[in-house]
Amino acid sequence: MAGSDDVILLDFWVSAFGLRVRIALAEKGIHYEYREENLQNKSPLLLEMNPVHKKIPVLIHQGKPVCESNIIVQYIDEAWHDKSPSLLPSDPYLRAQARFWADFVDKKVYEAAKKIWMTEGEEDRQVAKKELIEVLKVLEGQLGEKPYMVGESFGLADIAMIPFSVWFHTLNEIGKMNIERECPKLAAWVNRCMERESVSKTLPHPHKFYEFVLEMQKKKGH
Amino acid sequence: MANELKLYGVTRSPFVCRAVIALNLKGIKYELVVEDLSNKSADLIKYNPVYKKVPVLVHNGNPISESLVILEYIDEVWNGVPILPQDAYEKAQARFWAKFMDDKCFPAVFKAVISHGEEQAVAEAQEALQFLENELKVKGSKFFGGDNINLVDITATFVAFWIGAVEEALGIELLPKDKFPKLTEWSDNYVNCQAVKESLPPRENLVAIYKKRFGKA
Repeated sequence: MAGSDDVILLDFWVSAFGLRVRIALAEKGIHYEYREENLQNKSPLLLEMNPVHKKIPVLIHQGKPVCESNIIVQYIDEAWHDKSPSLLPSDPYLRAQARFWADFVDKKVYEAAKKIWMTEGEEDRQVAKKELIEVLKVLEGQLGEKPYMVGESFGLADIAMIPFSVWFHTLNEIGKMNIERECPKLAAWVNRCMERESVSKTLPHPHKFYEFVLEMQKKKGH
Repeated sequence: MANELKLYGVTRSPFVCRAVIALNLKGIKYELVVEDLSNKSADLIKYNPVYKKVPVLVHNGNPISESLVILEYIDEVWNGVPILPQDAYEKAQARFWAKFMDDKCFPAVFKAVISHGEEQAVAEAQEALQFLENELKVKGSKFFGGDNINLVDITATFVAFWIGAVEEALGIELLPKDKFPKLTEWSDNYVNCQAVKESLPPRENLVAIYKKRFGKA
């Protein structure tokens, strides 16, 4: 039986990308050693295991590193394919959908959301808000009346997006917006995902993320 | 049962070419639907409403967008020559390099092209490409996939073929042989693979297009 020293996760407590991996590991009930990285002073191990990007998360399984969160989630599903639940559908077309939407979160949601607290000036912020809501509505379109993003089961696309729900409170405060009101289906989906222990026990409280962003802004002299 | 397969695209796109190579590698019959990207068809917008881009693979009416997603789909649906490794760890490595190519290499190369080979942009492109050069060195094999091409090689089609066309069109140097001996050797081997050879557009067409689009007045 694999011991927890078989699986090490290099991560940062509030990273949405790291949270994806933690949720996937929790879904499969995999024991692992969590190592918090100081992103201002990265460990030699991190630099050795991810020389190309020098970023977290990095999953180290039996000494071998896997990088890039969506890739790690798929790796977890495949390396522990004998453990349920499956994190991807079995149908190839639905699997393609899962990959497409996980990638969409990376390409669109992350960038649009970051802009809310990174832009200065009211005009730019309004543009950023409009962009973000547009992106979230596209996700709502995909969700439709389904319980989860792709097919009927919780999986890769949900795992890719759910950590960003931690950002909603911060986005609402800084952006002076109300994401849950503008995107009620998405809000319902968040609540549904939170009913899963792997999600509710893993995600940090949204207020903690808000404190973190405020700290970051203070340091940058905002 | 009807097995209808259409690929929406343009022959000058390195992303569309990835799908063409994969389909040819597996010997799959399909219909190429050529798009006019300045006047996108209703079908393209229907099948890819999120990005409205090519390539889009439509299999029995089901659309799949994003070239890397398409490659994985093709590999999962059709047997024959494998595109991804079987082993979970090797698969993760292949996906990592494919993503690196799209996230880092392609944008950096594109920037170098539209800046007409501006020094800083070229340096950044070469920095990204150096990672690929090192990977080939470390692997010590003919292709990123080992003895045979795989997902990573196919993703890198733009490096093997498009970069050369752009270099000729603009009179710039992005991938000098002395700095990138492995990538140069890999490119020569890659474009001579049967499935790749029969999938690439004529080089002079690309050169003409890039002269027109990016060339100095």
